[in-house]
Amino acid sequence: MVKSAQDRFTLSGLPVKPFYGPDDPPAPLEPPGQFPYTRGIHPEMYRRRLWTMRQFSGFATPEQTNQRYRYLLEQGQTGLSVAFDLPTLMGFDADHASSLGEVGKCGVSICSLEDMETLFDGIPLDKVSVSMTINSPASILWAMYLVVAERQGVSWQTLNGTLQNDILKEYIAQKEFIFPPRPSMRLVTDSIVFAAEQVPRFNPVSISGYHIREAGSTAVQELAFTLRDGIEYVDCVLQRGLPVDSFAPRLSFFLNSHNDFFEEIAKFRAARRLWARIMRDRYGAKEERSWKLRFHAQTAGCSLTWQQPYNNVMRTTLQALAAVLGGCQSLHTNSLDEAYALPSEHAVTIALRTQQIIAHESGVAAVPDPLGGSYYLESLTHQMEEAALDYIRQIDEMGGMIPAIERGFPQQEIADASYRFQRALEDGQATIVGVTSFQAAESQPIELLQIDEAAGHAQFEKLAALRARRDNARLQRSLEALRQAASGTQNTMPFICDAVRSYATVGEISDTLRGVFGLWQEKSVL
Amino acid sequence: MNKPIRVLVAKPGLDGHDRGAKVIARALRDAGMEVIYTGLRQTPEMIVDAALQEDVRVIGLSILSGAHNAIVPRVLDLLAENGMIGVKVVVGGIIPDEDAEQLKKKGVAAVFQPGASLEEIVEFVRNSAAQAA
Repeated sequence: MVKSAQDRFTLSGLPVKPFYGPDDPPAPLEPPGQFPYTRGIHPEMYRRRLWTMRQFSGFATPEQTNQRYRYLLEQGQTGLSVAFDLPTLMGFDADHASSLGEVGKCGVSICSLEDMETLFDGIPLDKVSVSMTINSPASILWAMYLVVAERQGVSWQTLNGTLQNDILKEYIAQKEFIFPPRPSMRLVTDSIVFAAEQVPRFNPVSISGYHIREAGSTAVQELAFTLRDGIEYVDCVLQRGLPVDSFAPRLSFFLNSHNDFFEEIAKFRAARRLWARIMRDRYGAKEERSWKLRFHAQTAGCSLTWQQPYNNVMRTTLQALAAVLGGCQSLHTNSLDEAYALPSEHAVTIALRTQQIIAHESGVAAVPDPLGGSYYLESLTHQMEEAALDYIRQIDEMGGMIPAIERGFPQQEIADASYRFQRALEDGQATIVGVTSFQAAESQPIELLQIDEAAGHAQFEKLAALRARRDNARLQRSLEALRQAASGTQNTMPFICDAVRSYATVGEISDTLRGVFGLWQEKSVL
Repeated sequence: MNKPIRVLVAKPGLDGHDRGAKVIARALRDAGMEVIYTGLRQTPEMIVDAALQEDVRVIGLSILSGAHNAIVPRVLDLLAENGMIGVKVVVGGIIPDEDAEQLKKKGVAAVFQPGASLEEIVEFVRNSAAQAA
């Protein structure tokens, strides 16, 4: 079907004109590395240092994932990113009834400090920066990581890494929440304060639009909700009396790189411009480092197709290119088989090679913001910025992101957008190659990573041995101390570290916190 | 006039990815059915209990985490134990072909994999409900 030019829209529904020229919204463009950083946070960008190639991975047991990490590092990957399984993400041990059938399936199973020690066995934490995708029980897994570093002789003062720890987007999109929003925000705030004081080079939160987008939001919604979440965290930490410049430089971001090439680049540029102004003008931050939005990007998992899976390599390449042209600091490229399963070693190697080809062969890393000044891109950047500001104002008027979540506002906006998109596919207004058009009669067989129930059994046995072996009196004292801290106003992090040192499990520590904070039941928004 | 078809859409297991379940629930509702959406983290017991209370003819289960082989047979067993033989179970999500065949052998009416169209799903549920009536 041929559409008339005036009917064109970006993937997110922004209108696209027949062409763009000098009369379109002008861009008074500062050089890269200068406020408000539209063109990038460094003057030289990738000329000086390439982005970190960080593939998110984890499956089955800590032993198996440790092997995969060593393989990825041998292949030239420059950072690690831990994927935990659903029981770990939800604060259950492998032997809990709710973990049935889920152990090691969507990520690695980590139940105790012992597992964390195995996960990083032979991997020097002073050399490799590690990102951990963990939210509700983030303080627990971070404490385990800190204790492993301590035992490797790596000082917390020099330890690099990133904790996702973004609970707001869980209520909004990914739904891996345990406690209600307000006590959850207290845990996040505790960890940001603890990082500022004791682990100053660690990013204690990675404010994430990725999952918001995967849940079906538009690019504008992803941008707006993510930045408004950032504002919420800043407000919470300021209430603890920390000056903004003492923690803001360590707030990091995580954005999706989706199909609409120019719209995505515009989104990344608009994100930097908006955050710089929010930090300087809304909060009066004085340090440049507080103004700079640093982000990790991941290509869009939800864009991958089950049909004709090799086409996913091309999708991922375009999305990765958009992230690089948008100035990301680190990047994960999805593997061709991820509509089916966690990636095989073969598939993840192609995904890593995709980044290496963009970095070393395409030439795009030679100049910061090479598309800057494009009439279309500058106009889109401006549109994204204005549309995001509208949402931010709306949420401000509701009293902030927590009241907005409690009334289901971002959830409803996302549900509407995802339904609109699915309808557009059904009506033929949107196309997915190989699915809604250009179907192939035969499927292309691919080799898949299989995870059986053996991981569950192995974790089960290790847990039983650990529970029998450890000093249970010491364990109970540490959990009781944590319970009291959580009931009061002390920072919970030192108490969680102590419980971890006594080999309390993820489930036991989570249960202690559940006892104090209660559980969150969401009202489903259709 | 016929009574509207009643469908339970449920999200079992620990996974929180509810985009698919919500889109399907909405499409079934737009097609004139009465849809009860259970929300997240339902055990097989909770799902079968809800199906009994709500007197539905079809149950749609959305599972993306790989836990389908542990969860779906349990739902089927509980339905049988409660004498709810006529209730059709439809599964959607990331279900490999071999597993889909196994689940169908155990009594699942249909498995919809990624890329299935809303039209196809709505039509199937409509026909299953007619048979289950």
